[in-house]
Amino acid sequence: MKRRTLLASAALGLALAGAPAFAQDVPKIGFVYVGPVNDGGWSQHHHEAAVKMKEHFGDAIEMIEQESVPEGADAERVLTQMALSGADLIFTTSFGYMDPTINVAAKFPDVKFEHATGYKTAENVSAYSARFYEGRAITGYLAGAMTKSNKIGYIGSFPIPEVIRGINSSFLHAKKANPDVEMSVVWLSTWFDPAKEADATQALLDQGVDVVLAHTDSTAPLSVLEKAGAYGFGQAADMYDYAPEPRLSSIIDEWAPYYIDRVQAVIDGTWESHNSWQGIGDGMVGIGEITGPVPEDVKATAEQMKADIASGAYHPFTGPINKQDGSAWLAEGEVADDGVLAGMDFYVEGLTAEIPN
Amino acid sequence: MIRLEKRPQPSRLWTIVTPLLAVVLTMVVGGIMFALLGKPPLEAIRTIFWDPLFHPQFAGYSRPQLLVKAGPLILIAIGLSIGFKAGIWNIGAEGQYIMGAVTGAAVGLAFYPSDSVLLFPLMVVAGALGGWAWAMIPAVLKTRLGTNEILVSLMLVYVAENILASASSSWLRNPEGMGFPGSRNFKQWPAVFNDELVANTGMHWGVVAAFIAVIAAYVLMARHIQGFNIRLTGEAPRAARFSGVSPARIVILCLGISGALAGMAGLFEVTGPAGQITIDFNSGYGFTAIIVAFLGRLHPVGILLAGLLMALTYIGGELAQLMLGLPGASIQLFQGMLLFFLLATDVFTNYRIRFAKGELA
Repeated sequence: MKRRTLLASAALGLALAGAPAFAQDVPKIGFVYVGPVNDGGWSQHHHEAAVKMKEHFGDAIEMIEQESVPEGADAERVLTQMALSGADLIFTTSFGYMDPTINVAAKFPDVKFEHATGYKTAENVSAYSARFYEGRAITGYLAGAMTKSNKIGYIGSFPIPEVIRGINSSFLHAKKANPDVEMSVVWLSTWFDPAKEADATQALLDQGVDVVLAHTDSTAPLSVLEKAGAYGFGQAADMYDYAPEPRLSSIIDEWAPYYIDRVQAVIDGTWESHNSWQGIGDGMVGIGEITGPVPEDVKATAEQMKADIASGAYHPFTGPINKQDGSAWLAEGEVADDGVLAGMDFYVEGLTAEIPN
Repeated sequence: MIRLEKRPQPSRLWTIVTPLLAVVLTMVVGGIMFALLGKPPLEAIRTIFWDPLFHPQFAGYSRPQLLVKAGPLILIAIGLSIGFKAGIWNIGAEGQYIMGAVTGAAVGLAFYPSDSVLLFPLMVVAGALGGWAWAMIPAVLKTRLGTNEILVSLMLVYVAENILASASSSWLRNPEGMGFPGSRNFKQWPAVFNDELVANTGMHWGVVAAFIAVIAAYVLMARHIQGFNIRLTGEAPRAARFSGVSPARIVILCLGISGALAGMAGLFEVTGPAGQITIDFNSGYGFTAIIVAFLGRLHPVGILLAGLLMALTYIGGELAQLMLGLPGASIQLFQGMLLFFLLATDVFTNYRIRFAKGELA
């Protein structure tokens, strides 16, 4: 009896003396967003997934969020303050938080971090991202099948590997459906700007494009396409309001299952750092229902492609594929490795534009 | 009836009282806003203004951060205030800040991985020149073609943002960055890393430069003939012309100083707290500095205090989001109120209230 009290008070003493991270009853989970949580795009999806995660666990966890945090010095301060406030696990949901996350994590070895879309990891920092190029294979295929002018357009944000992968994947699969297809790419230097996106869509339409794929997050391209009688796709969200036309299908960001999974790991004490890149098969990339005047055989092929990608039977980057300059990249049957995909900075053969420098 | 009567001279008392009154009014109205959002108003105000300085858990970290956040604001605002005194409205400090950072970083990275002690000073000079050159565009266009410097300097911010995007995704991109945008990280290059001069104080070269700028601006405006010319140009342009002050020279001088200081601020930020050139490197310091300049009554010491106050609302605002779950936009609104009330209460500096009936007041 006496020994037990002694142990209990020792444990209490330890708890009080320990880092604030251990002073909480329930795990405290932090989220940092680059935009406001109602931006209709990237940050909103992470926020909604965080809310789903919170609903899943209820009072078993505490959630704190910080929105509109600029990348760089401000992010480092915000992360430090979050760690000081006793957070156990912090999700940093934008690429630009990579170095700040690594720096702060080094100062708080007992706090765990999850950084979205980067490539650096540490003992207490995981990286997680989605294989959106898998989804882009399917939307690209549909775009190639549905164009009548043989011209499709792609609205790019920044010429980074993530976007270049999307362009290549879309183009390769558009060609599978229609060998004569050409693709125009427009760069906007933003992830979310409805006015710019609408202008870019109109500019593409003026060039004779009749199907537009967007890598920016607003619904503006779809509303322009609707008026023009052309086709497009939901991006980041299902955007089902624009179905059955002009929206033919969509690529949906599904972060919630991953968040629930990782928070559970913290609760169970099984959390370990990893570099996770999940696709359609894991449920991180969702494909919206195929709608509009898509012929049955095209729809069936697209759905088969989705099933094959999910099961791992098919990889969207399977040779033979040449680079834009005609040099060989992947031989017959060869599959691209993740390292090359992660840093992809070249177009595949057949794309006429140049990556801006 | 309440009537406003123009004072023969701006009231000295009210010049000092209005900023304090604006802060108090912001607290009251901000508190009402927080209450409407369903958050405890007193706790929110305390979290914003008190906790960053004295909270046992956070203050040790956030107090030095005040200097880090205030440094660039003060440095830019000092430059802007000199122009504002002369009636020259440089709204594009954000662009000059970006160009200073890009130019300085580019010069530094050209010598990578040199460990010469001369490199950092060279980068500071290059940063100042970058900002200066960017400010010279509206200056020369104004003096030669009579264009409006407000529009030109503001538009050049968007040009600078595009140059920044291209720098971080192509010509200054880290060759070891796996194709991702962003330059090399200066924090991993000790020769040019603008680190804290004394650990845990937040004091880096940019903060030192801000303090020097405060003193230099005070001397310039209070003691130097050019300072007199600048003030005269702002207060009585015709008189200035008659006394032989060239308006063109004043435009070039004022925009040059503010551009160079903004450029230096950018360079200190990119080599220090930010660490690297990225697409979103600029986080609005150039625009916030305009608020700081006015909040500080365009006076160097006032700007020093205003910069610290603004930094406090940023850091306190972050803590309030974190601890009370306040939405980020409400903090921005709160900061906006500060400028709004300052401009509103400013009426009392130039006008006296008269109650027409009975003349009781």
